[in-house]
Amino acid sequence: MGNIRVVHYLNQFFAGIGGEDRADHRPEVREGVVGPGMAIKAGFKGQADIVATVICGDSYFGENTDEAKAEILEMIKKYEPDLLIAGPAFNAGRYGFACGTVADMVQKELNIPAITGMYEENPGVEMFRKSVYIISTKNSAAGMRDAVAKLVPLALKLVRGEEIGSAEEEGYIERGLRKNYFSDIRGSERAVDMLVKKLKGEEYETEYPMPAFDRVPPNPPIKDLSKATIGLVTSGGIVPKGNPDHIESSSASKYGKYDISAFDDLTAQTHETAHGGYDPVYANEDPDRVLPVDILRDLEKEGIIGKLHGYFYTTVGNGTAVASAKKFAEEFSQELKADGVDAVILTST
Amino acid sequence: MVKEIERVGIPVVHICTVVPISLTVGANRIVPAVAIPHPLGDPKLEIQEEKDLRRKIIEKALRALTVEIELQTVFED
Repeated sequence: MGNIRVVHYLNQFFAGIGGEDRADHRPEVREGVVGPGMAIKAGFKGQADIVATVICGDSYFGENTDEAKAEILEMIKKYEPDLLIAGPAFNAGRYGFACGTVADMVQKELNIPAITGMYEENPGVEMFRKSVYIISTKNSAAGMRDAVAKLVPLALKLVRGEEIGSAEEEGYIERGLRKNYFSDIRGSERAVDMLVKKLKGEEYETEYPMPAFDRVPPNPPIKDLSKATIGLVTSGGIVPKGNPDHIESSSASKYGKYDISAFDDLTAQTHETAHGGYDPVYANEDPDRVLPVDILRDLEKEGIIGKLHGYFYTTVGNGTAVASAKKFAEEFSQELKADGVDAVILTST
Repeated sequence: MVKEIERVGIPVVHICTVVPISLTVGANRIVPAVAIPHPLGDPKLEIQEEKDLRRKIIEKALRALTVEIELQTVFED
């Protein structure tokens, strides 16, 4: 095999055409190396040639994405490349979007590897980290040298089909994939080592980073329970018997909304749990142990609460993505609000 | 989920067993539960006793909904 054929994607700025005033530049292709392509070419040390550079203005790309994609794909295809390199985009948001979109498209449409580079907070990262290898860069073009130093070795591995190491080893942005491996040191020992380091105030590296959570301030309390409509929500997977909507036992992709207006009590005959992350025996015996309809119905009859809302919302909180849970609740909270629910009891297992 | 409910302006109480997770997730009103597979029950108890236990937890949760708070609060006994 001869030299690896690379097509490079750049925006109008890095191609030297102009700044924001030229961001409406339409897709264009030039033979050979342009701008940062020089540094990338040098990094390859003769193992790869940048045969062409495709240039597009960031605004044109953002505003006419479908047209731009089609034009750019045609331009790239003609050169029969083995690899596409986009950017790096550093912290430029629209450029990041363009780089990610072009890289993703090329992988899917031309079946060749693609790679780009971005600063971790570039919005393109969230959009494309799972589908495209994105080298982690500094937040400005001052980090070009560093970016190229990481980009070139990973690009070569991708083209050659070699095994790709972890995000940290290779310098790309974590893709949210977990890879099993065998360690010489068993888990308990690794955990204790980490704990000891933590207690000593030393640096340690978690094997499973927790996602960052944001905060919402508490709402004012309800003034009069006896007039309040109370809604029930659960992540404990309680569903009507038979799980009519097939909510998954883990990594749920959906939630359910079910009528409880006709129930005074949930029983093994009427309801069950779909949750695969805890022993379901107790919840299946008496689903009120997770979703306490019986007590709330009593309190409603006694006038302690105004009303139990006619529907409950449920999903399975078992390895379910934070983003999914957020999306479910964004939807059903609007409904709860619209239905005049004054307060919610959310139960978790 | 608890945060998205709170975000639309509905006060919400989280009944859960693993309180630290609830705190991490960002629930503001938290009532500790019995156990992971039966947060609002205890299969070792007689049916009426178990219902009484469940009612106590619910009453505590309802009380939490009537209390003004500024920070995350765990409503113990």
